[in-house]
Amino acid sequence: MRINGKLWAMILVGLFLLMVWAPPAFAEASAEAAAGDGHAWWFWPLLLFVVTFIMGILAVLGGVGGGVLFVPIISGFFPFHLDFVRGTGLLVALSGALAAGPGLLKMNLASLRLAIPVALIASTCAIIGAMIGLALPTNIVQIALGATILGICILMLTAKKSEVPEVPQADRLSSALRICGVYQEASTGEIIDWKVHRTPLGLVLFVLIGIMAGMFGLGAGWANVPVLNLLMGAPLKISVATSKFLLSITDTSAAWIYMNKGCVIPMMVVPSLVGIMLGSFVGVRLLKIAKPTFIRWMVIAILAFAGIKALSKGLGF
Amino acid sequence: MEEKTNDLLKATPEQILYAKILEWGMYFGLLILFITFGLYTFGIIDPYIPLDKISKYWSYNVHEYLVHAGIKDGWAWLGMLKYGDFINFIGVAILAGVTIICYAAIVPTLLRSKDVVYAVLAVLEVIILSAAASGLLAVGGH
Repeated sequence: MRINGKLWAMILVGLFLLMVWAPPAFAEASAEAAAGDGHAWWFWPLLLFVVTFIMGILAVLGGVGGGVLFVPIISGFFPFHLDFVRGTGLLVALSGALAAGPGLLKMNLASLRLAIPVALIASTCAIIGAMIGLALPTNIVQIALGATILGICILMLTAKKSEVPEVPQADRLSSALRICGVYQEASTGEIIDWKVHRTPLGLVLFVLIGIMAGMFGLGAGWANVPVLNLLMGAPLKISVATSKFLLSITDTSAAWIYMNKGCVIPMMVVPSLVGIMLGSFVGVRLLKIAKPTFIRWMVIAILAFAGIKALSKGLGF
Repeated sequence: MEEKTNDLLKATPEQILYAKILEWGMYFGLLILFITFGLYTFGIIDPYIPLDKISKYWSYNVHEYLVHAGIKDGWAWLGMLKYGDFINFIGVAILAGVTIICYAAIVPTLLRSKDVVYAVLAVLEVIILSAAASGLLAVGGH
């Protein structure tokens, strides 16, 4: 069974790599496609659907958000301009967060009390980030995106997680805001009382997270979880769930800026949304037989490659 | 004691309300998006940019795209809903707008429980998101 899982995973990753690498056709054909010849109109949207479907599977198995895979890979290997890729990436991340948010809130795993102050800062800064990102020259954004993606790879390789961090005492701000809660660990039945500390520093970091989310259209789960879990001391499950829900707010503000600027092309958005969502459903089922560690390594490798590609594109190599 | 713990394990009323509206908005937005995309791709409603010309535009930056396609930014899409491509913006706007409704809806619940600080934070969030949605925040071009 395990071999089957690994085989499946390798086939998926192989298919994915084939899709993004095989057509250097892609990069070269992009100029032709831009000129309007070569492919039928449905070629790129269909390819986008197939790639995002595989991306959705890999995102679940690799434990990352769809948005963080979408922007570097699609901007690196498809003929779409980065402006539209970022607009679409935000809507992809937003839809994922909207789909997961209600269930997480009802189960009381995502904490509205923790999310509200954090979201206010992150969403405000995401607007600023989106405005900066749309005002800067594309090559600068591309270079910054490449550097950020490589930074995310390092974070994924090095960041530790703590199931239930020790928080000796809640700080004054979190006490005043009553940011705390109780949840039951399903695997052990243990009731866990949680509170947070270092709230002011955490809020400052969400300034940066918001700006980066808006600037690159990435979603920001990769940064939310370490700050909520490792810095502020929220339990891992609460951090992951609250982070996912938080994206529905942060990405909303940035998505509006991109939409009002004109960075939304339905022929890119809908195939991407459907592809990622269907891929996520399949990914959840494959989770039982696949080897997540192996997939995670593959995802990091793909991200690193996409990051280098973004850097080289930005630098004009 | 056990009853108190069970109560603490449950989500607060404002959290449940938020979740319900979010869920409704998400399903409604996605449904509208899929229906309108079907109308667009199957040619039931003619698009503003013909399907066989769309690949000419997506490699431009957004400024060039708007100029070449003759499209205005902001909420100008509302005036172009007769076109198959632009009706898709209804679903996108619902997905991007449902969070504002969620926040506005929990304010009375927060005030009833005398949670004034969080009510103020929720109102501020509504203002921030509405400002982003309004299109009034100027964005520079490339």
